[in-house]
Amino acid sequence: MSVRHALLALLSEGPKYGLRLQQEFEQRTGEVWPLNVGQVYMTLQRLERAGLVESDGENGAGTQKRFRMTPAGRAELDSWLRTPPGEDTPPRDELVIKVLISLRVPGADVRDIVQAHRRHMIELMQRYSHLKLAAAEDDIGLALIADAELFRLEGIVRWLDAADARLKLLPAPDPAGLPAMAAAPARAAALASAAAAPAAAAQAAGPGTGARR
Amino acid sequence: MTALLELREVSKVYGTGAAEVHALRQVSLSVGGGELVAVMGPSGSGKSTLLTIAGSLEEPTSGAVLITGIDLSGASHNDQAKLRRRLIGYVFQDFNLLAGLTAVENVTLPLELDGVRAKAARSAGMKALAELGVAAQADRFPDELSGGQRQRVAIARAVVGDRQVLLADEPTGALDSVNSETVMRLLRAACQRGVAGVVMTHDPQLASCADRVLFLRDGRVIDQTQALPGPESLLTPGPSR
Repeated sequence: MSVRHALLALLSEGPKYGLRLQQEFEQRTGEVWPLNVGQVYMTLQRLERAGLVESDGENGAGTQKRFRMTPAGRAELDSWLRTPPGEDTPPRDELVIKVLISLRVPGADVRDIVQAHRRHMIELMQRYSHLKLAAAEDDIGLALIADAELFRLEGIVRWLDAADARLKLLPAPDPAGLPAMAAAPARAAALASAAAAPAAAAQAAGPGTGARR
Repeated sequence: MTALLELREVSKVYGTGAAEVHALRQVSLSVGGGELVAVMGPSGSGKSTLLTIAGSLEEPTSGAVLITGIDLSGASHNDQAKLRRRLIGYVFQDFNLLAGLTAVENVTLPLELDGVRAKAARSAGMKALAELGVAAQADRFPDELSGGQRQRVAIARAVVGDRQVLLADEPTGALDSVNSETVMRLLRAACQRGVAGVVMTHDPQLASCADRVLFLRDGRVIDQTQALPGPESLLTPGPSR
């Protein structure tokens, strides 16, 4: 979340005082992202140094200063709005790694592990859904934020559902307590290296396993 | 809280011998007035069987189903049908409105089957349609309504009269996410008027609108969500700003 660009967007409507910017930021993000006034002034100072905003107060006292966006600020805002967020280098997914590793842990009930995560995700989703349902239907800021988080969490639940369905199709574990799929040597080696080095799990699992999202 | 819908160790077995299928295994569930419970599970987990048994459309192999404390299995088929019509409302994925009847006629049909006079039935039907925001469409036929309006009429039909239990099977299946949210708002509002609601779904967003979520796997309830914390728990500042 870029506070910098959010403040520029608020200033695109006209000059504003710092305190008002802080209040409007919170209102427009459905008060889900609290922002303290100190953060607002620090960010405004940085924007001013970069020539993206200018202030009309010379006395230096933050609350008395009114800020306005410069043409360079407007260009920066327009460019930022059209730049896709950094989706090219996704983080390693800890949940995927946990489920992969659990396949190699003797006695681990992988479907139960999947269910524990699913329940946790649904509980999180309940909190966002109920926040949204309790708000007025026209509270667009809150609805958009809640939707974004709900769709992200839904993606995880759907991956867990698919994992569960795949696990159900696996043959019963062998007497040693290891999953029968370990009999396939290449995959077993890949999974073993995933278990040994969690950081390498995404690569070991290879493409198409959902290790990257 | 008094349970309006209660399932006590309900099991359902189809077929015998080698062909025996255990669709439900000792499922217990208690839903009070004002509560909306979601049941999540993959295809084949027993959701549909649970819905038909909870709605007394099918008898369990063992266990009991109580609606407003009444054990329907003790009643005659006639009385069962009567209680079912009076106490239980159903919402289906494909709305199931009768094409030859108007919106209000669809809503009042169960009341009229129950012997309610036409005028009283229409008045109850109009009240239910108004609560769902589709009173203006009362005299239209289903094919003259949008998908969202049809689903509203279907919910009105499910809550008309003194229905105490509302059962829904994938009630937003054919709708986009914003219309689905509206349907969930309406179902919640219906429950908050004192009805016990159960919705079967595999849609995580839909389930997350419920007060409680049960997870069904291979005919068993394997897990359920904990009580909801207040929304203020989401208001902690994120780490990276």
